[in-house]
Parts: sequence; structure tokens; C-alpha cells
Amino acid sequence: MATQEWKFTAKDIALKPELFFSGHRACAGCGPATVLRLVMKALRGPTIVTQATGCMEIVGSIYPYTSWGLPWLHTAFENVAANASGIEVALKALSKKGKIKQEHIDVIAIAGDGGTYDIGFQALSGAIERGHDFLFILYDNEGYMNTGIQRSGGTPTGASTTTTPAGKAIPGKLEKKKPITEIILAHEIEYVATATPYYWKDMISKVRRGLEVEGPAFLHVFAPCPRGWRTEPAKTMAYSKLSVETCIFPIWEAVNGKRVLSTPSKMYSLAPQKKRPVIDYLEGQGRFRHLFKIENKPVLDQIQQATDERWQKLLKQCETT
Amino acid sequence: MSKQEKGWKDLTLAAISSKVSTDFLTGDWKVFMPVHNLEKCVSCLTCVMLCPEGAARWNSELGKVEFDLSFCKGCGICANECPTKAIVMKMPEKEE
Amino acid sequence: MAQEKVKQETLALNGDEAVALAAKQSDVDVVAAYPITPQTIIVEKFSEYVANGEVKTEFVCTESEHSAITASLAASVTGARAFTASASAGLALMHEILFVTSGSRAPVVMAVANRALSSPINIHGDHSDSMAERDSGWLHIYVENAQEVYDSIIQAFRIAEDPEVSLPIMVGLDGFTISHTLENVKVLSDETVKQFVGERILPRVITHEGKTVPFKLDPDNPMTMGPNVSPAFYFEFKRQQEEAMKKAINQIQKINIEYAALTGRSYGDGLIDTYQLTDAEIAVVVVGSTTGTLKVLVDELRNEGIKAGILRIRTFRPFPVEQLQNALKHLKAIAIMDKSMSFGGFGGPIFTEVRNALFDLKQRPIIINYIFGLGGRDSNPIGLRKVFEDLQQVTKTGQIDDTVQYLGLKA
Repeated sequence: MATQEWKFTAKDIALKPELFFSGHRACAGCGPATVLRLVMKALRGPTIVTQATGCMEIVGSIYPYTSWGLPWLHTAFENVAANASGIEVALKALSKKGKIKQEHIDVIAIAGDGGTYDIGFQALSGAIERGHDFLFILYDNEGYMNTGIQRSGGTPTGASTTTTPAGKAIPGKLEKKKPITEIILAHEIEYVATATPYYWKDMISKVRRGLEVEGPAFLHVFAPCPRGWRTEPAKTMAYSKLSVETCIFPIWEAVNGKRVLSTPSKMYSLAPQKKRPVIDYLEGQGRFRHLFKIENKPVLDQIQQATDERWQKLLKQCETT
Repeated sequence: MSKQEKGWKDLTLAAISSKVSTDFLTGDWKVFMPVHNLEKCVSCLTCVMLCPEGAARWNSELGKVEFDLSFCKGCGICANECPTKAIVMKMPEKEE
Repeated sequence: MAQEKVKQETLALNGDEAVALAAKQSDVDVVAAYPITPQTIIVEKFSEYVANGEVKTEFVCTESEHSAITASLAASVTGARAFTASASAGLALMHEILFVTSGSRAPVVMAVANRALSSPINIHGDHSDSMAERDSGWLHIYVENAQEVYDSIIQAFRIAEDPEVSLPIMVGLDGFTISHTLENVKVLSDETVKQFVGERILPRVITHEGKTVPFKLDPDNPMTMGPNVSPAFYFEFKRQQEEAMKKAINQIQKINIEYAALTGRSYGDGLIDTYQLTDAEIAVVVVGSTTGTLKVLVDELRNEGIKAGILRIRTFRPFPVEQLQNALKHLKAIAIMDKSMSFGGFGGPIFTEVRNALFDLKQRPIIINYIFGLGGRDSNPIGLRKVFEDLQQVTKTGQIDDTVQYLGLKA
């Protein structure tokens, strides 16, 4: 990793060229669209992007239009990490033969939760194990939103999706959200971090740090989806913020396995009384509406308890100094 | 689509994209539009950072935030997040 | 055969070793593969080259065939020369990405050590695996022996990478019969192969910036590959692929001639290869290593005064319709040999296509289909003799009992 920390202001970021162009077809208020825009502001040099099939792949590449100002490749849903592997080794091989002008080209793989937690997991784990030099960015909107809001391994407990509908017998998804970042961390790679776009400065810094690592790096970005979460488009960033304030999605980074809470989440370890109850985050989201019925109170309690337990575990895993 | 459409012989190989999406205006998706009060604006650029469309832009020459309504989809994130309430979402008055 | 122009060395190699050597000499940039019987020797041999520093190639031992073909495709569109190898279940796991590779116009070269598909699981040779991929948009070449697989892998890079073609190619070698059988193989020097194959020439495309540039992922000339294409455009890109297939017909023939001038070896016209066919009255149409066995048999039959011949289809995609029509139109009866099944269909895939190609002839031979050799079932001269006996009988009577028959099946 670079020893010099990259310092920037909002104006620096605003004046950087937009490499994820306007005119893409994402829904109004799309969280992942803001993520992509900002990720592209963190680049440090020539970069190739490859994307798994999903909302964000579709909306930026509706032929004949493209929203991508850099070389971009999509091949399928489950293999984006293998795309990155192939690109990375090709660049190495061509460099050895003097066929590439650039001294270095960064490779970024982008996938949603479906393309990471579920169908893309094998290719991701394999590519990380082989040690390819690439940054994998997961934009997690907690479901298969592109195909009409079905559950994924990243869908949280209690959420109503079209394949875990809140019914008379079953109150939405019963299973837990897969701890994907813990699983990636267990691969013992140099850089793993979590982020969410409301804290854009934190997120952009983490993208840059992930790029600076030689070898695989993983960034888990929590990205609210107004369409799939049944939330007001204007509240996308409010939910991004609430996810941190309630410790539903704490943000941290781990360099060589050493975990540190990032500033926005650190506040709740220093002043636990400021941590907000999960209902502040859950209410207003249509996917959790059924949980506010009296008979589903135990599910709400369960979500609060599980969130607290995860947070306590995280605090132990982090250096809290 | 243009009237004179390209046939299979004229299209470039492997469906390489041929146009940029900035030629595809999404501004007509919106119901409400952002109205920006420059007097209240402190140029924190929160709106510029968080806009999913890249429609809120910082004009460094004029030293102010501008909105490109030809792409704004009217989501209202900018108004919701503006710390000084310098942006409000309003129904456009009349179609020209 | 033409006179050889360059010095060649004779080595004892099995088919898989010949493949690995040919790929190495073709100066591949990236090899991404996953081991599967009977292809394993290719991957192992290439790993040795890497371990001993004999190649500059980036070798990626992926966690699955799905990732192997994906990485090969991605490397190819980054501008690299990419090679992979697989068989059977491995090829089946690649299925989805085979279509993406051809649609992306990535000229990946793949050796397929042809093997039966499960279930029941069976590691032995037949053509079920690659025949199931006949509509995947890949060029298909099937070889007769280890020498031909060595020559064909070298040629494959020139065919696939031709900018007018720019399609992936699979070269099928029969599992075990070719992949694991030691043969004398004449090999060229590294330098000769390097010169013959040459540097990869990239097709030129027009990007969204309006620039005409080489087709690759390049930060200086960004392009968007693999976009979402609506009904308004999809059809046109598929038609382009078909045109590239047509261009490949010429390229395969051209390379066959060029290679013959260099090495003294050619394989028919590159598309079909014939044996004793010109004056034959009856003939067998076949793919792969069975051709060698049939040649011995045809020699015996000719000694007995029977006018028997062989047509071997070397290039199955693009399918050489005209060449087949011209070569087979004079025959009284032909047997088409299929080492795979099209369940519920009317005969095997080779039968269906050859019969279809001959339909337009004013006078066409009587055509019988034999399904044989599935799961590595032995096919020897004694068993194959029945095919020619049947053809003689049919010629006399004009009567066929069953159009589709099973050879070597226990009744």
C-alpha cells in the first residue's frame, strides 16, 4: 500500500471527470448508481472495469449507448472475478512482451449481492485464492433487484421479497444475511473494508486503498435500493446513514487482518448511548412493513438482538483505540 | 432510433457500444424538480456527491452548484440531504 | 504430399503432449485451464513448461472450467493470445461461456480431449461432449491422430485470430485413443512455429468515441464490451457471427495449403479428407481416430475387389456443405458414423447434417447412420467390416432395414 495518504476535498472530487456517465437508466434515487459514480472518482490511473450481470451492468450498457468512460467488459453473471483474473494475467503477459504502453493498469470487478454472495461466490473465492491483483467491489442492495426483487444470500432476516413474501404463515426471509465480508476476510488478503455512500469520503478513500494493494482487495458497499426496499427515492442516502447509526451495517477496514472501525461507526463504540434502535432503520421501508404488526414483534426483537450481538462481536474484533 | 438504421454489415464487431449515454436524456422521467436557492447554499457539495445522475454539478468558474435538469430524474436526494435546506423539490410550473 | 521446406524432428508424443507442445510453440500469452481426464496431461505438461521457465506464458490454474473459459475469454479481449483445454463434464460446465466467447468474438483456442458425458459417469472417448456444443458458435476441428493434433493446434491460432474470422476454435482429439497413445510426431522448431503463427492481429472496431481502433480493452481507447442488446439489434450480431463462419471456410483451406508448403503435411483440403474415395462405390463418413482403423479395413476390402472409400470430416463447423456434396455425389451408398447420440432425434448429429447437405443433389447415395463407440466402446476392423457388408447389400437390394443402426451394441 502507498505510504502517502490521499487527501481530497469535495471540490477535488466534483472536478474529476465523470467516468460513469449521466443518461444511465437506473431508477430515480438509485443508491448503487451514486456508488458507481463515486467509485470512478477514486481511480489512480489507467483502469479496466468488469461487471457481473445485474442492475448496474444493465443500466450503463443499453446498446447502442454506454455510460462507461473507460474500458469495460461484461460476460455473464457468475464469473466477474474470473473476468478480472483473465484481464489481469493478460496485462501481465502483454507487459512482459512490451506490448503495453502503460506502466500499470488497475482492474476493478463490480458485482451486486447476487453476483457475490450467491452465484459469483466460487469464481470470487478462486480468484482471491490465486492472488490476482484486482479490487472487487460488492454493491449490496440486499436482493436480486434486476429480476424483480427476489431474495439473495445478502437479504436480511425479516425482509419481504418476491421469493420470501411476507405471508400469513411466514414473515418474510427467515434466514440470516450471509456474513460475506467475514468469509472474504478468512481468505487472509491484505485489504477488506465496508462502506456506504452517505459517507462518501470514507468510501472513496477505501476504493483508493483497495486499488493501491498489490493482490486482491475487497470492498463491501451497502447501497440502498428504493425500488426493492420500497422506500422513498429521496431517502436513499438517509437509509445509508441510518444503517451505520443503528449498527445494522457498521463500516470498518481491515489491513492484513487488523480491523479498525471507520470514523462514522467508531462514534458508536465511543458513545454507545448514541446508537439508534434498529426500528428507526426498519420503519419506512416497505420490505419490513409487516414486521410492525403485533404478531411479528418477536422478529423485530430478534433483529435488534442479532444486530447488537454482531456489533459486540465486531467491537472485540476491532482495535478500539 | 434513426430512420436509416444500420444493417448487420455496417454494425461494428461484437456489439461494441457506439454512443455515449449523455446523448440519452433522462430528464423527462421526473415529476418534481430541484429548485436551488443560491442564497442558502454554502457550496458543501453534498448534492454533487450524492446525486445518482451526476446532474448536480460544481461550476468552479462561477463558484456555484448547478443542476442539469436534462438528466435529473427528480429523486429528491439532493433536497433531502442538503444541510442548509437550500434545495426544495417542486412541481414544474408549466410545460413549454 | 508436398515436400517439406523446414527441418523437423520426430518425437514420441501422445496427443495431449503434442497439444501442449504446439500451444507452447505458438507463443500463447495466457493459458487458463482446469484439469479433467483425459485432458490432464495437457495442463500438467504446460505446468512443467512454466515451472522450468521455458515459457513466458501466464498460466492460471482456475477453480473450475467455468472460470477457465471465462478467464481465457477475458484475456483474449484484453489483446492476449489465449489457450485452454477441457473435456466432457468440463466442457459442459463451460457451455454458457462458450456462447459468450463466440458472441464476444474472442479467438480462444481450446483442445477438447473428447470424452463421454455422464450419467453414468465414464471417462472414455466419444464425441458427446463437443457435439453438444455444435451450436455454440465455435469453429470445430476433429483430428485423426497425434500428428494432426499437433499441426491443427498451430493452425488453429491462425484460423481463429484472422481478423475476418475472429471466432473461437475447438480442436477435438479422441480421448485416450489419441490423447494418451504414444505416436511418432514430427515437430517443427520453436522459431518456425513462432514465425508461422506470427503476432496476433486484432480486428478494428469503431468505439463510442468514434475512433477506429484495435479490438481490445485499452485505457487509451475505451470501449464497452458485452452490453445489453435489445431485439432491435441482437439479430444483426448473430448474423455477423454466421458471416465469420463463412470466412473461416476460406481461411481453413488457405492455412492448410500454407502449412503443407512448410511441412509437407496437409489434411485433405483442410475441411474434408478422403481415402480411396474417387472411384469408390460405397464409403464411410467419419470423424476422428476411427479413420485410421477404417483405412486398414478399406485396404483389405480393395484387395478383395470391393470399391470402398472413406470421407473424414475434419472441419465440422463451419460445415463444409459444398465439399461434401462434390465428394459424395458419385457414391451408391454411404454409412455415416456418429460417436454421439441426439436422443429422440433422427440419427446422430453428423448423419443429420450430412444427409441434409446431400438432399439437394439430383442423384444421391443411399444413406445409413451408425451410432457406435459410445463411452469408449471398442471399434475394431472386424466390427466395422459389417458396415461395408451392409453397404454392399444395400447397393444390391436398394432396401434399408433401419436407417439408424447401432454398431457394437450388445443385443
